[in-house]
Amino acid sequence: MNFDLTEERQMLQDTLRRYLRDKYTTAVRNGILNSEAGMSPEIWAELAELGVLGALFTEEQGGFGGAGFDIAVVFEELGRAGVVEPVLDGALMGGRLLAAAGKGDMVEELIAGALHLAVAHGEPGGRYDLDHVQTVANGGRLTGRKAVVMNAEAADHLIVSAREGDTIGLYLVAKGAEGLDIQGYPLLAGGRAGEVTLDNTPATALGLGLAEYEAVNDLALVAISAEALGAMETATALTKDYLMTRKQFGRPIGTFQALAHRMSDLLIELEQVRSAVINAAGNLDAHDRDLHLSATKNLIGRAGRLVAEEAIQMHGGIAMTQEYELAHIAKRIIMADHRFGDTDYHLERFIALSAA
Amino acid sequence: MDLSFTPEEQAFQDEVRAFMRDELPGEIADKVRLGRELTKDDMERWHSILNARGWLAQNWPASFGGAEWSAVQRHIYDVEAAAAAAPRIVPFGLSMLGPVLQKFGSKEQQDHWLPRILDGSDWWCQGYSEPGAGSDLASLKTRAVRDGDHYVVNGQKTWTTLGQHANMIFCLVRTDPEVKQQEGISFLLIDMDSPGVEVRPIILLDGSPEVNEVWFTDVRVPVENLVGEENKGWTYAKYLLTHERTGLGGVGASQAALAAVKRVARAEMQNGKPLLQNPHFAARVAQVEIDMRAMATSNLRIVSQAAAGGAPGLEASMLKVKGSIIRQEINDLARRAVGPYAMPFASEAVDGANDLIPDPHEAGPVAAEYFNNRKLSIFGGSNEIQRGIIAKVTMSGGA
Repeated sequence: MNFDLTEERQMLQDTLRRYLRDKYTTAVRNGILNSEAGMSPEIWAELAELGVLGALFTEEQGGFGGAGFDIAVVFEELGRAGVVEPVLDGALMGGRLLAAAGKGDMVEELIAGALHLAVAHGEPGGRYDLDHVQTVANGGRLTGRKAVVMNAEAADHLIVSAREGDTIGLYLVAKGAEGLDIQGYPLLAGGRAGEVTLDNTPATALGLGLAEYEAVNDLALVAISAEALGAMETATALTKDYLMTRKQFGRPIGTFQALAHRMSDLLIELEQVRSAVINAAGNLDAHDRDLHLSATKNLIGRAGRLVAEEAIQMHGGIAMTQEYELAHIAKRIIMADHRFGDTDYHLERFIALSAA
Repeated sequence: MDLSFTPEEQAFQDEVRAFMRDELPGEIADKVRLGRELTKDDMERWHSILNARGWLAQNWPASFGGAEWSAVQRHIYDVEAAAAAAPRIVPFGLSMLGPVLQKFGSKEQQDHWLPRILDGSDWWCQGYSEPGAGSDLASLKTRAVRDGDHYVVNGQKTWTTLGQHANMIFCLVRTDPEVKQQEGISFLLIDMDSPGVEVRPIILLDGSPEVNEVWFTDVRVPVENLVGEENKGWTYAKYLLTHERTGLGGVGASQAALAAVKRVARAEMQNGKPLLQNPHFAARVAQVEIDMRAMATSNLRIVSQAAAGGAPGLEASMLKVKGSIIRQEINDLARRAVGPYAMPFASEAVDGANDLIPDPHEAGPVAAEYFNNRKLSIFGGSNEIQRGIIAKVTMSGGA
C-alpha cells in the first residue's frame, strides 16, 4: 500500500492549488457569483490551458489521467477554492459520456476549453433515482422534461436520457434545437442550472444506455465527494484561524474548551472524509464499487453537515454574511448533499447492497 | 395539573382562529407561506390590523394599552398565527423596548414613546452588537460623551435587524470608560434621521438584506433620550435580553414549519411512494416532532412561571437552545424533502427572478431558509453563551 500521490498528480495538485489561490480569490469568485452567466469564460479557458480538463480523461480518450485519483485531486482543489465553473457536469460527466460514445473530436474540443456540455438526466419527481426516465424517444425525436440541469444555458450540446420502449438511451441535442426550451436560474451555491423541456426535439442517439450513464455517475460521485472534502478543508482552516484570532472576554475564543473540543471533532471528521474519498477513488474498478461509493457519499453527507454547521456556529455572525469566504464554502458543502443521491439515499443503498 | 384548555381558553382559540381567517390578508399569508420577503408595508399593515383589535402588545399591561395576555393565551396566539402563516410581530419596539420603558423609563418617556410603538409612528431597531462585541456584549465601545443638553455619540453597531426600515434605534453606549465594563454603559434612544447616522446593509449568506451596520459620527442626542440612570444601562440590557429570549422557543413557528415539511413529504414521491412513508425520513420527522411536543410543554410551563414571578432567566436560556436546535432540524428536513430542487436560488431580493424558480410542491426557498436560520443559534446571545449562563447559574449559584 502507498498513500502518496504520484509525481504527476502531485504536480497537478500543486499547479492547480497555486493557480486558484492566486487567481480565484473571494472577491473574484463573488464577482462571478453576481454575474449573469454565473461562470467565468476566462477561468474556464485557463483551467483548460493548465490541463485540468485533460486530467479528467484517459490517454486513449485524449487526456492524461482519467483515473479515480486524478479526478479526486482535481475536484479537491476546486472544492478548496469554492470554484463554481461547471467542471463536474460540463467536463467530467459530459466529456466522459462523449468519450464512451467514441466522439473523440468533441472530447478534444472540450479538453481545449472550446466546448460546453450539459447532462440532462434527472427529471421532476425522480429525486435521485437513476432509472426514473419518462422522457420519450421516438424516431430520433425527444419529448419530456429534465430537472435542475447544470450548465444547461451555456451548453453547446445537451446529453439527454430518454426511453424508447423499455430501453433507456442517451442522445445528443444541439443548442437551439427545435422544441428545446431552457428555463434558467441561479443556484444557491453558485453556478446556473435550468429546467429543460423537449417537445419533439431532434436528437442523435449516442449508442449509450443506462449502464454507461451509471459508470459516469460513479465518477461524478468521486468528484463531488472530493469537492466536498476540499470545501471542508477550507471550512476547518478558516474556523481554526478564526478561533485563534477572534477575542471575546479578553482571550482568543479558541482557548475556551467548549469550542476547542468541537474544533477537534471537526478535524477528526475531516480525516474520516479524506479516507472516505480515498476509498471511493481507489475502488472504482473493484467488484464492490457501489458499496464503497455509497459509503463515501453517506459519510460525506453526515460529516459535511457537521462541518458546515459547526464552522458557521463557531464563527458566529460573521459567517452569516455573503461576503465572508465561509458562507460560500458552507453552501457548497451542504448543496453537495443534493447531488447524485443524498445521505439517506446512499444509506439505504448501502444497506441494500450489504444485504445482497 | 391539567393539560386541557379551559372553556375560556378554548373560546379564545376560536376567537384567534376566526380573526386569522377574517383579518389576515391573503396576499401577506401567501408570502409568509412561500418564504418570500415581506415589505415594510406588509409588516406595518399587519401591525395595524392587530393594533385595531388590541392584540399588538400582547405582553404589555393594560395600563399601557397592552392585551395583558396570560402565558396560555400567548401560546395559543403563537400557534394559531403561525399555522395561518401570519407574519411574526416585529419585536424591537413591542417585546424589547416596550418592557424596558415600562420598567425603567420616565413617565414622559412612557407617555411619548409607548403609544407611538402601538400606532406604528416609530419603527425601532436594536443597537447592541458591535464588530468587536458580540457574545461579549459588555465590551462595547460606542462612545457617548455629555455636552450640555446632549450626548455626542461616535461608534459602530452591527447586525441591526431591519434597521433599513427604522426611524429610531435604542442603543447601548459607553458613557464611562474608566470603570468596570458593565458599569459604564448607558441606554440611549437615538433618532436615525439625526445628522451623522449612516445605515449600510449587510447581505446574509442566503442573499437576504435583513441586517445592517449602523455608524454614528458626532451624532447629537438630547439628554432626555437617556433611559433610566446614566451608567446603569447594563441592568436594562440584561432585562431586555431576558424578554428577547422568552418566545425564542418559537413553538408556533416550528410547528408550522414541521407541518409544511410533512405536506411536502406527502407529495414528494420516492420509488412510487410518498417520501413521508420512507422509514428513514419518517423516523427523522418523528424524532423532531417528539422533541417539539415536549418543548411546547416546557415553553408553556416556563412562560406560566414567569408570569407569576417576573422574567425567566435560566429557563429562557434553556428554551432558546432547545428551540433553535429543533427549528434548525426542521429546516434540515425541509431541504432534504425537496431533493435536487433544494439547489435553485430564489433570488427575488437580488433580481426579481423568483417566479422562474421551479418549486414543485410550493415548498418555498427551503435551502435558503436552512442557511438563514443558522442565525437562531447565534443571535440574541449565542447558544454557547446560553449554555454558559445555564452552567453558571446551576453550578455556582448565581448568574
